[in-house]
This record gives sequence, C-alpha cells and structure tokens, in this order.
Amino acid sequence: MATALQILFSGLTVGAIYALVAIGFTLVYSSSEVVNFAQGEFVMLGGMISATAVAAGLAPLPAASLAIVATVVTGILLYGLAVAPARDASPIVVIIITIGASIFIRGLASVGMGKEFHTLPPLLATPTLDLGGASVQTQGLVVMAGSVAIVLTLWLFLRMTKLGRGIRATAANRLAAQLAGINPRVIVGLTFAISALIGALGGILITPITLTSFDVGTLLAVKGFAAAVLGGLTHPAGPVLGGLMIGLLEAVGAGYISSQYKDVFAFVVLLGVLFLRPQGILGGRAVERV
Amino acid sequence: MKPIRALVCAVLMAPGLATAARSEILIGSVLSTTGPASFLGEPEKQTLEVYAKRINDAGGVNGEKIRLIIYDDGSDASNSRTFATRLVEQDQVVAVVGGTGTGNSLAMIPVFEEAGIPFVSLSGGVDIIDPVRKWVFKPPHTDRMACAKIFTDLKQRGLTNAAFIAGQGGYAKSMVTQCRSVAGQYGIKILAEESYGPRDSDMTAQLTRIKALPGLKAVINADIGQGPAIVTRNAAQINLGMPLYQSHGAATQGYLELAGPAAEGVRLPGPSLLVAEQLPDSDPQKKVLLDYTAVIEKATGKPVGTFGGYAHDGLLLLVDAMKRAGSADPAKVRDQLEKTKGYVATVGIITMSPTDHLGIDLSAFRMLEVKRGKWAVVD
Repeated sequence: MATALQILFSGLTVGAIYALVAIGFTLVYSSSEVVNFAQGEFVMLGGMISATAVAAGLAPLPAASLAIVATVVTGILLYGLAVAPARDASPIVVIIITIGASIFIRGLASVGMGKEFHTLPPLLATPTLDLGGASVQTQGLVVMAGSVAIVLTLWLFLRMTKLGRGIRATAANRLAAQLAGINPRVIVGLTFAISALIGALGGILITPITLTSFDVGTLLAVKGFAAAVLGGLTHPAGPVLGGLMIGLLEAVGAGYISSQYKDVFAFVVLLGVLFLRPQGILGGRAVERV
Repeated sequence: MKPIRALVCAVLMAPGLATAARSEILIGSVLSTTGPASFLGEPEKQTLEVYAKRINDAGGVNGEKIRLIIYDDGSDASNSRTFATRLVEQDQVVAVVGGTGTGNSLAMIPVFEEAGIPFVSLSGGVDIIDPVRKWVFKPPHTDRMACAKIFTDLKQRGLTNAAFIAGQGGYAKSMVTQCRSVAGQYGIKILAEESYGPRDSDMTAQLTRIKALPGLKAVINADIGQGPAIVTRNAAQINLGMPLYQSHGAATQGYLELAGPAAEGVRLPGPSLLVAEQLPDSDPQKKVLLDYTAVIEKATGKPVGTFGGYAHDGLLLLVDAMKRAGSADPAKVRDQLEKTKGYVATVGIITMSPTDHLGIDLSAFRMLEVKRGKWAVVD
C-alpha cells in the first residue's frame, strides 16, 4: 500500500510540473493558433535568473521578482521583434520562428549565466512530508497548488476583465474582434507577455525539484506540450488534466512495468486519446476555445 | 590551362606553407563547450587555455610556442568528426587533445588513425583504448575501473546484492554495460537495472520499485549532470535504507551543492583531485593536485573538477612527450607518449606501454564518502 502511494505521489509531483509548463502553451495558441515553442525557455529563464540572482547574493523574493520581470520583457520582445513582423505568415512559419527564438534565448542564457546546474531552496522549511507511509516533497504540493492557482486566476482574468474578454473575442473571431475595435496585435502581444509570466512563475516553482540549467527548457517544453495536447490546448484546465495524466502514467509505468519503457507507455496513451479525440480531452470546438 | 593549374596549386598549398613558416606547434582540440555536455567541455577548454598560456610564458616547448586550435562540437558527435577532419586537413595540427564525451572521441578516432596524428582523449569510456589503437591515448579513468572500485568496496562491506539506476545517456549506458560484464568477477549480483530519462525530475517511482526487492543491499547510480543529484535527494526522501553509490561522473562540487544534506554517506570512486588537501605530504600526487587547484581557481574563480583535470593531464602528457622527443613530429611524439613512465598527473601516476594506452590502475581511484557536505577518503 505504501509502495502504491509512493508511486502515486511520484506521478502527481511529476504531473504537476508538466501541468505548470503546459499552462503557458494554451493562451498563445488560443488567441493566435501558434504553438510557442519558446515557452520552455520562459520556464528556464524563470528558474535560471532566480538561481543566478540568489547565487549573487540577492534574497529569494527579489530574485524571483527580477526573474519574472526579465522573462516578461523577453516575452514582449519575442513578440515585438520576431512574431509581430511575421503576422501575415501562416501559423507554421510563426511556430518555426519561435523554435529559432528558443535556440537563441538558450544560447544567450548559456553565455550570460553559465553552463552549470543550479537549484533554489524549497518554499517551505520542511522538505518532505510523511503521508500514509509514503513520503512526498512539500515543493511538489506547492507546484500543484501553484498550477491550480494560476489556472483559476487565468480563468477569472479571461471571464471577468475587459482585457480578458478582448483575448477571448480575438480567439473566437479575429476579424469580428477587430471590427469591434480590438487591436489583435496588442492582444496577441499581451498573451505572449502573460505566457512568459506563467512560464517564469512555473520555472521558479519547479526549480527546487527539477534543478535548472540553460538547456532545461527544451525537454520540459516537449513534455509540457504533450500534456497540453492531451488535455486540450484550448481549455484552461486541459493542461492540468493532461500533465497529471502523463505524470501518473509515467510513474505507474516506471514503478510497476518497466522504467526503460515508461515514456513509451505514456505516449501510447497520448496517441490513443488523440486518435479518438484530436482536440484533446477537454478541448472544445473552435468557437468555444479559451 | 597551365597558369590556372599553377594558381590552383598555389592556393591549395598556401595554408601548408603558412603553417610551416611559423615556428609554432599547432595542437588541435574539439570540445563540447556548448550543448548538453557543455558543463564538462567548458572547464576543459578553460584548463587548456590557461595551461597553454603558462607553457608559452615559461618558454614554450623545445623553444617553440604552442598554439591551440579549439573547436566546439555542440555536444554532437557528428560535428566532432567534421572538426577532426578540419584539424587534420586544413589546420594541419601535429597532435590533438580533446573529445568531451565518449561518443565524440569514438567518432574522431578513425580520422586521426588514418592521418597518423597522436590523439589524447578526455573521455571516460573504456572502448577508446580497449582494444589498443596505435595513435590513441587517454588519461581519464574508465567506467570499467569505476565499476571495479565500487564492486571491491561492496564486497568488503558484504553488500553483494546491488541494483542499478542509470540515466539514458552514453556515459550511463556504457558504465552499466561495463559493470554488468565485470560484476561476476567480484561476486556481485545485479538484481535490477532501472533507468530514467535525460530530464526526468523525480525518480522515486524507480527507487520505490528497487527498494521493494528482497535481499537488496546497495544501489548504484550511473549518470552525469543533474540526474545523480535528483536520485540522491529522492533516495533520502523515500528513506532508501541502504548505501547509495554514485559513479565518478558525480565527483564534482556541483553534485554536493545540488544534492545538499541528502548526499550524506553517499560513496563514489573519485580522483585524488577532490581531496588533494587531505592527502599526506608524502603523496607524490599532492603537489601536482594543489598546483592545478590553485592555478584554475585563480584563473576562473571556480572550484576545480575532475573533467578540467583530464584536460590538464592530456595537454601536459603531450607536451611531456614532445619534450622527450625533442620535436613535434607526430610519429616521434606518439612513440614517446607510449613510453610515458611514472608521469604524475591529476588522475594518477601514468605509465603507458604498447599494450596499455591508459596507463593508470585501480589505485588511481579513491573511494570517497560524503561527510558533513565534503568529500572524505575512505581508503
């Protein structure tokens, strides 16, 4: 029983990390049909800038704030300098631009912040908790709580504020939104900024568990993207569901079947679900997205 | 046609002439200073540059200055091969020291073997020098030696049932293969081999599965990078209840910092470099180790690591051979490399022979244990 519980906790911890990375993908995709592959780099920047600043002597809170501001600026620059000039291009071209940008950001980070691995202290003083004979990292619980809080805030923002309604209007019908006086360029730029904010927050929260380095973003983005696709790229809760599912599948695969094939196991389920529901588990029809 | 042909000839020969005209010894290097292995390649590059400058400031080699030509393969073995060809054909180097990962070194070996240029590899895999190749030498400890050292220690402690948890990179895979092949010789039974992906952030599921094995006495983790730190933390988290061993890939200051208090009691086979200050003054390596530590910490402001030490040994082995040969002629340097005898390096005391291009034995490794956040010598 304790073994099963331990494996469950492992899955939930990993799943929460994937979910937190995945949330960032949905917003940009909803408003512009672009998968921003630099999302993993936002996660990396959040963790790396915080860790570098802490190592330089800054207290954790100002270090984290600095990382968030710097990442949001990076997100806005990414949109303004690389994505906006290509606004007439098809989404696939813009996706390739974001891949190029992610390589560029990674290169800058490796030159500017070094190639070593870094970590951050966990948020809570007790690193692990004993629950029913199994042990769970408190930071894992923080990551889970963080994902839920971010999804709820995002949901409230999109429903309750004028800007949020502007994003939803642009997502539903860009031309109609434009006719109603919404500037889609500002809206899409805003979604990049918010995604960068979410990515940086995620990067800071997961670093005590995953550790960080300049190239942490790529593989996290792959898993996060898979989670977002599984849960549904257009539904705010989709990434959380998808992330937790992939995390649990991997843990059950590694714990009970074979750790060599745990990724295969998770991706087989992913393919199966997408075969039956290409829009993801929670993904709706185009008009209903966000 | 004739003038054109002459021109073509002149252009083709120009780099060669230019090289010959300079009184410099060109030493080539291909390292992984960007990409996933860059945390290994970077200290290697820094070490090479710092020591090349020191050698030149002290008058060079045989009255000539050495000049390094360093290429970055981006941690990709196919790039290594391209740059190896470039070093041979375009730069016309007389010797090469480099190759961060085992895969990178193996990709370059055929190029240097064909060109007849001595190659001192900085990678760990035993496949580089076993079987012995005429032009290839390497100072770093091999993964097979790491296995032997860990198994000897396990046997002494009566912990003969062990399980592996390893990453999926070349280093980890090679080490597990080597360990599997020598386990029988030391009477060690491997009960399980678990693995995890290159960026996995939680290995408690695998460790829980291992922990439940009946009769298991010890767990060995083979990997480089952040994996060992996460495995160490997870083992402490689930209260593994048996000794955890790491490989020499975790023998870095970074590992101690990332794993924190969870590393307490972890053992690993490591080079003397990490415990230089604890060695008795009579130890022949102590002076070399302390010198290297002082030079690098002054030049880079960072603590020394095993991998930078490999670069130090590789470059100085070459220079030593050139001095004994009295020239930088590739064939003569190769012959002298093979005759290296009792050379004190950071990895150990190196004695090469026609049947041994590694030159160190198990005594070059020390069994280290983490005590109060620092490395301590067990034997």
